[in-house]
Amino acid sequence: MQLIRCPWCGPREETEFHYGGQAHVAYPERPAETSDADWAHYVFFRENQKGAFAERWVHAAGCRRWFNAVRDTSTHEFLAVYKVGEAKPEVAR
Amino acid sequence: MSRLPDRGRIDRAVELAFTFDGKEYRGYAGDTLASALLANEVRVVATSVNYGRPRGITAAGVEESNALVQIEAPFPEPMLAATAVELYEGLVARGLAGRGELADAPDPARYDAVHLHCDVLVVGAGPSGLVAALAAGRAGARVVLVDDQPEAGGSLLGMQHELGDWVSSVVTALTSCDDVRVLQRTTALGYFDDGFVLALERRTDHLPAADRIGKARQRIWRIRAKQVIVATGAHERPVVFADNDRPGIMLAGSARTYLHRYGVLAGRKAVVFTTNDSAYETATDLADAGADVSVVDARSEIPRYWSRECARRAIAVRAGSVVTGTSGHGRVTAAHVAPMNGGALGPRTGISCDLLLVSGGWNPAVHLYSQARGRLRYDTVMGAFVPEGDLAAVRVAGSALGTSTTYGCLSDGRAAAAKALAALGMPMPDVRLPVIDHPPDEVPSVVLWAVPDPREDGEPCRQFVDLQRDATVADILRALGAGLTSVEHVKRYTTIGTAHDQGKTSGVIASGIIADALGVDIASLGTTTFRPPYISVSFAALAGRDRGEIFDPVRVTAIHPWHVAHGAVFENVGQWKRPWFYPTNGEDLESAVLRECRAAREGVALMDGSTLGKINVQGADAAEFLDRLYTNVISSLKPGFIRYAVMCGLDGMVIDDGTVARISETEFLLTTTTGNAAKVRDWMEEFAQTEWAELRVKLTSVTDHWVTVPLVGPQSRAVLGAVAPRLDVSKEAFPFMTWRDASVAGIDARVCRISFSGELAYEINVSAWDGIALWEALIEAGKRYGITPYGTETMHVLRAEKGYPIIGQDTDGTVTPQDLGMTWVVSKKKVDFIGKRSHERAENKRPDRKHLVGVLPIDPQKLLVEGAQVLSSSDVSKPPVPMLGHVTSSYRSAALGRTFALALVRAGRDRIGETLYAWHDAELVPVTVADPVLYDRDGARRDG
Repeated sequence: MQLIRCPWCGPREETEFHYGGQAHVAYPERPAETSDADWAHYVFFRENQKGAFAERWVHAAGCRRWFNAVRDTSTHEFLAVYKVGEAKPEVAR
Repeated sequence: MSRLPDRGRIDRAVELAFTFDGKEYRGYAGDTLASALLANEVRVVATSVNYGRPRGITAAGVEESNALVQIEAPFPEPMLAATAVELYEGLVARGLAGRGELADAPDPARYDAVHLHCDVLVVGAGPSGLVAALAAGRAGARVVLVDDQPEAGGSLLGMQHELGDWVSSVVTALTSCDDVRVLQRTTALGYFDDGFVLALERRTDHLPAADRIGKARQRIWRIRAKQVIVATGAHERPVVFADNDRPGIMLAGSARTYLHRYGVLAGRKAVVFTTNDSAYETATDLADAGADVSVVDARSEIPRYWSRECARRAIAVRAGSVVTGTSGHGRVTAAHVAPMNGGALGPRTGISCDLLLVSGGWNPAVHLYSQARGRLRYDTVMGAFVPEGDLAAVRVAGSALGTSTTYGCLSDGRAAAAKALAALGMPMPDVRLPVIDHPPDEVPSVVLWAVPDPREDGEPCRQFVDLQRDATVADILRALGAGLTSVEHVKRYTTIGTAHDQGKTSGVIASGIIADALGVDIASLGTTTFRPPYISVSFAALAGRDRGEIFDPVRVTAIHPWHVAHGAVFENVGQWKRPWFYPTNGEDLESAVLRECRAAREGVALMDGSTLGKINVQGADAAEFLDRLYTNVISSLKPGFIRYAVMCGLDGMVIDDGTVARISETEFLLTTTTGNAAKVRDWMEEFAQTEWAELRVKLTSVTDHWVTVPLVGPQSRAVLGAVAPRLDVSKEAFPFMTWRDASVAGIDARVCRISFSGELAYEINVSAWDGIALWEALIEAGKRYGITPYGTETMHVLRAEKGYPIIGQDTDGTVTPQDLGMTWVVSKKKVDFIGKRSHERAENKRPDRKHLVGVLPIDPQKLLVEGAQVLSSSDVSKPPVPMLGHVTSSYRSAALGRTFALALVRAGRDRIGETLYAWHDAELVPVTVADPVLYDRDGARRDG
């Protein structure tokens, strides 16, 4: 069982966390003026890359806070965790 | 008897009686079932699964692939290796023919789990593990040492050595360290990320029956270690040859273990077939114990040291020879031996024997290292896969690393501890190693997976690779002939390595045979994955105490004891127990529900609605926040008022509905569907924290704080008025969709005029502590009106008569509010809300989307099954039959005097009045499409 470092609580077991998908996908500024295709991309499409990937997590069975993480999707290794609103850190990989 | 009078670590003062295959035997404390059987001359222990061939004991540890037994008493347990069952008084077992039987009664034993955190976890208390644990312990690290045997010592327990009482002195020294915990009879099952190791401790089976009481039989240790030292030893590997499954054929090192540890001479006349030096220790030790021994060595050159040692004991050694086959009835009586040169077999001779010992080399037990993503390298001399190097938090020592001498193992253990302590930033203490001499290493091992098939009598022979699966070399060749080239595919095609022993002795041999047959390098072919668990573990142990009633939390409301006392039948709604209906005088569901519905529509009824999800929303931006989440406008709601509201996902589909009561300018109380409460709260929290972090809003789940009792029916006003004399319950003073704080039966209450039944109704909320008091007061006050408690089934019927959907029953994640006919709940004024943009997508505006409609069987007594498909035509003779939708809810209605249903039907609102067909249990039922609101369409009763 992996340990995930919650930026608020420190390392906790992975069963305390829920996955929230790709990070830094902003809600469109003006949904009404967004084309059908762009809106569909926002709602339904996400990256699925191998390697370092910025994604959202929530410490669901702990402090219940959302945070962001950069995780290597091929090894599951967490390369960085950071709070909502902070810029994605550069990770060497 | 094969038991020798003067050897072994068994306690001859404690004799144990046991039964095997119906016969009574005796063994000693310290025996395994296998050693006790061998001591009692029981050679045939099991029967092979496919061919029904007799099978014996082939090993002395968990690598045993053959001697599978079923424990019958004290409690049935299937598929255990006799070599891994400690003998205890009263054990009743029988040999298996491949398959065991699970008990048909619940296991009365208790199982538990313990979490453990440490700096250094050492797995294995052999020479390497003991040194590593001692060094780490002396350094002041928190150390856990787990070992699967009853006592420490590892391989030393099964050999003659010059270390004297070194093992016990180390064990004593460990107890004097500050923070060292030694767990014997504890097997590490697997390594799972970030230093997490699961281990299984066997705690009671070896104890006298009286001492087992009150103890958990087995315990799962959930160990989180900063550094792990894997000192798990190695498993000896056989060589495959024809008829290599006869009882009496055993791994060479195992016979040595039986001799030194259990004082059992496994045979009087032994042939030792080897490819390496290690088996010579067995040969000489057995000869010293009185056996007649000869050696067959596949190597053309015999080490000088061992030649001399054999000559001293009159052990004949045949160089450059192999065992090609065996003979015997029930057990081996002769080994067939032939010279082998470059793969060609010479003339065959027979050597009579009652024990044929085999050594094809040693496979390091790399399971934990490999599960930690350690890379393996193929060692061409050992013919084995060995760890390539240390990982950041996992180190390997001793024969698990491929080290063959005891001194090498000791120094490995010290080196591993030094590296682990360095990684922890702790100083390495001075640990002196005892000095031991080893025979010289003169002639390297040869790698031999399988002896060529001698085709005795001109027929192909059975050469078993996996004894437990009865899988042979021919099976591997058949798999390759079918085009398989990967070891993982061959494993699954042949089942080799999939049995109880998970291929501990057969896996690498299979890789070798595949590599040779395909003409590829075994180093690049690799071997199969070392999956956890390392030994088989019962579900009972893994479940621990989380079984039966505490498998999953059970949630009950504050009024639950009343429901139980009054005979409610319960249904599970998520984790909640909810009264389903309250049968009286032996009623069934149908008659109870008709009676409960009639009471709600004609008199007064009440239910326990406490499970309704409740979320308190507070903050200066609470109204704005809710405007963005719900499809309708919330900010225009005034304190004291309530609004029905719907929530959609980003894709525009309905995810929940409920009511929103405005408590003040900055506070709201929301309700959600019972089963959706956590999901909705998470959904709201996600937006509050991420997308709209600038909004000042806080959410609190208050589901369990409030007890909620809907008081329903034409007489509900009278009942409420009686218990809340200071509350003006008149229509004018307390209209529909408003709330009032009031004293109800002397209890502080918040009363909401909400109706999920379509009747005049009040939802009375009080603190959970006062729930029962409120309930009983309402029952008392309602007596003169025949007040009737009702359950969830009646609630469903009442709401369905009104066409109120249940999110998750009448919807399935593909339904918009518009599909439900609820355009009135979707704001046109708001610039945006979650789901608004998706409602504008072309797909969601199609006129032929599925709509929620009423469906009335033309036969008013016909009750449709929920899920029945709705068809446009009665002609179902030719597929495909176009499906228009399906029935989502179906009930018998007291108020309508007939059955009715709700359904999602393609363009359903345009079909009202049409006749369609429902496919009901292989029968076509004609139905009429109707408006979903079938009762009190103008809402006069609700608003009254």
